[in-house]
Amino acid sequence: MILQSIWFFLWGLLWAIFFITDGFDLGIGTLYPFLGKSDHDKRVMIHAMGPLWDGNEVWLITAGGVTFAAFPLVYAVMFSSLYTALMLILFALILRGVSFEFRGKVDHPAWRKLWDTCIFIGSFAPALLFGVAFANIFQGLPLNNEHLFQGNLFTLLNPYGLLGGVLFVLFFLVHGALWLAIRSQGALHDRAVAVAGPLWFVLLLIAVAFLAYSAVATNLYANFLAHPYLFVIILLAVAGLLGIKHFLVKQQYFKAWFASALAIVGATFFGIVGLFPNMLPSNINAEYSLTAHNASSSPLTLKIMLIVVLLFIPVVLAYQIWAYHMFRTKVTEEDLALEEAY
Amino acid sequence: MDPVFLSRLQFAAATMFHFLFVPLTLGLSVLVAYMETRYARTGDETYMRMTKFWGKMFLINFALGVVTGITLEFQFGTNWSRYSAFVGDIFGSLLAVEATVAFFLESTLIGVWIFGWKKLSAKAHAAVMWLVAGASNVSALWILIANGWMQHPVGYVMRNGRAELGDFAAVVFNQFAILEFLHTVPAAFILGSFFVMGISAYHLLKKQQVEFFTRSFRIALVLGLVSSIWVAVEGDQHAVHVTKVQPAKLAAMESHWETSKAAPIILFAVPDEKNERNAIEIGKLPGLLSFLGYHDFNAEVKGLKDFPPKDRPPVLLTFLSFRTMVALGTLFPLLTLIGLFLRNQLVQNRWYLMIMVAAIPLPYIAMEAGWVLAEVGRQPWIVYGLMRTADAASPVAGSQVISTLIAFILVYGLLGLMGFFLIAKFALKGPEPVVETLPRRR
Repeated sequence: MILQSIWFFLWGLLWAIFFITDGFDLGIGTLYPFLGKSDHDKRVMIHAMGPLWDGNEVWLITAGGVTFAAFPLVYAVMFSSLYTALMLILFALILRGVSFEFRGKVDHPAWRKLWDTCIFIGSFAPALLFGVAFANIFQGLPLNNEHLFQGNLFTLLNPYGLLGGVLFVLFFLVHGALWLAIRSQGALHDRAVAVAGPLWFVLLLIAVAFLAYSAVATNLYANFLAHPYLFVIILLAVAGLLGIKHFLVKQQYFKAWFASALAIVGATFFGIVGLFPNMLPSNINAEYSLTAHNASSSPLTLKIMLIVVLLFIPVVLAYQIWAYHMFRTKVTEEDLALEEAY
Repeated sequence: MDPVFLSRLQFAAATMFHFLFVPLTLGLSVLVAYMETRYARTGDETYMRMTKFWGKMFLINFALGVVTGITLEFQFGTNWSRYSAFVGDIFGSLLAVEATVAFFLESTLIGVWIFGWKKLSAKAHAAVMWLVAGASNVSALWILIANGWMQHPVGYVMRNGRAELGDFAAVVFNQFAILEFLHTVPAAFILGSFFVMGISAYHLLKKQQVEFFTRSFRIALVLGLVSSIWVAVEGDQHAVHVTKVQPAKLAAMESHWETSKAAPIILFAVPDEKNERNAIEIGKLPGLLSFLGYHDFNAEVKGLKDFPPKDRPPVLLTFLSFRTMVALGTLFPLLTLIGLFLRNQLVQNRWYLMIMVAAIPLPYIAMEAGWVLAEVGRQPWIVYGLMRTADAASPVAGSQVISTLIAFILVYGLLGLMGFFLIAKFALKGPEPVVETLPRRR
């Protein structure tokens, strides 16, 4: 049914937007202990994402909420199957979120050190675990005839899953380094640019490895081979990847960041299009898979939610773009002097 | 251990902890927005110092509210997957609407508010705070519509073995949900205003920044007075509706065992669930329960014995939480009315200021009690009359649930301590003497 297919791709789009928005701040948080050599640098890094991270994270909430609304069975099975992984993500995000607010509120090195650690773990762990989770969904989960997950956290930590985790971390690291290059100046800016290059190279290698491994470990290419014009999605991801390097060399960091965003969207849709119409494929028996067709809400809910989303998501995008535009500037000493700020 | 029970404990811990912060966000955002608007209108710097002082505590509290809310959105899937599959068609869409319509706005604009002092005009900056406050309250509306549906399911059809959406408007305009919203949000305003009044009273007792805190106190007093009277009046309507749609909850609220006409409210009672009676009953006020439920002193009120034991909520918890909520809810209008008479001699009336300092935690207790009443009183149903809580949990191992439950208690406990420590720290420190970073005024 057409509504279910529309919702399937909207579902993918929401995850993709979550990865390109929250991706850069998860990346900066992971780079934080390595690039933040002084307290001043650390504060600049926090300021670089400070005004935006909260709004970014709502894309996750929305992706979760839309999964619940449009595909209740997927929501139920996905989050109870990936129970431990998701709980780890949630705890990490909780610690990260309060770290920004708490860190500057007590003037003591041990206090700051505590929250510095939480920022790093709270950024790195979700980046890795989202990758692990999605790669496992791509290759299929051990779901039985009642859609019950026959495994645990360690089932997910297989080579392909881990490669997916590494891929996500690298995507976000590059994405974050580029955003940091946009918003910082001086030595910190130079360090951000300096790590972006090598990280990009490793990302390229891992991305190629992942594309190749996917042909062996997953069924993702079937849809592409059936409809070869779909390969344009993979080409877009590759173009984005190459664009990063192109603009990085020309020191055009905004363009490089957009190229990185394009690569992330392309990579997400490589998975999404490859999955269609599966949402949680079962690797025990294909008949046990949850698909856009057997796991969706009623047509009425899908219709009403479509209206809500078509009305409000453009509004959300408008004010988020406004906020991004407001906070695209270099973080200055004046910004750091704001007493409410982190 | 039983995963259902553990999941209930976990959900209770997560919701009650989240609910420690949400009411202050709802109430204080409105007060801070008002203070900032006064600054933008008049240019009076005291208002700006107020905005900054109360705003700082607001932000610490806001952060804790946001991060603890994220967990809840996913807990239905992790711990209550059978429930999710059964009601996602309706309940899930309400959560999705909440995120799209409200949560996005408040989360995006809070960043603009924190970091945008120099980038916006004073008026625009104040408008941003109003949008944060408005979006937070709209967020509460959708969450309570979702909860209202669990309390009193309407607008659904049973199809394909689950509850599917039948009439979206019926779900949104569910009377239970509207009454819940009109009760909970003004109650959050009470909490916010008692917070501001209590901290102001502390400083007034010490005769610090008298003008600053007298004005803060009076601003909060207005909101506190209006909303505490409102909550009491509205709560009465809410009780009538509960009587109609959740008669077992009403009976448990008053530990009322035998169906009777002119049913009494008992001032002091000790419910004895095993023997289906009250062990001790002191001070019967005849007819009052009938009046509470039906606005008629002679009306017949169904007793708990008329419900099979498997359909009764836990009596003691429901009974105690109702008592606590009502007792405190009666106190709030009294305290604010006294404040109205003393508003021009606050500093001279130290006894009143001391009471108001001591009253800071009371609205917190009242709100948590109200929430316990709503949720525990709904048991054994997760969706009233449609699905039992026992049938709703995920097929996950008890060991998984208990380990995350322990993690929740540890992490939340520590974060809560630190959060309240920081709020107290800045509350006691008082406002900054000079404002260095004023926004542009136009």
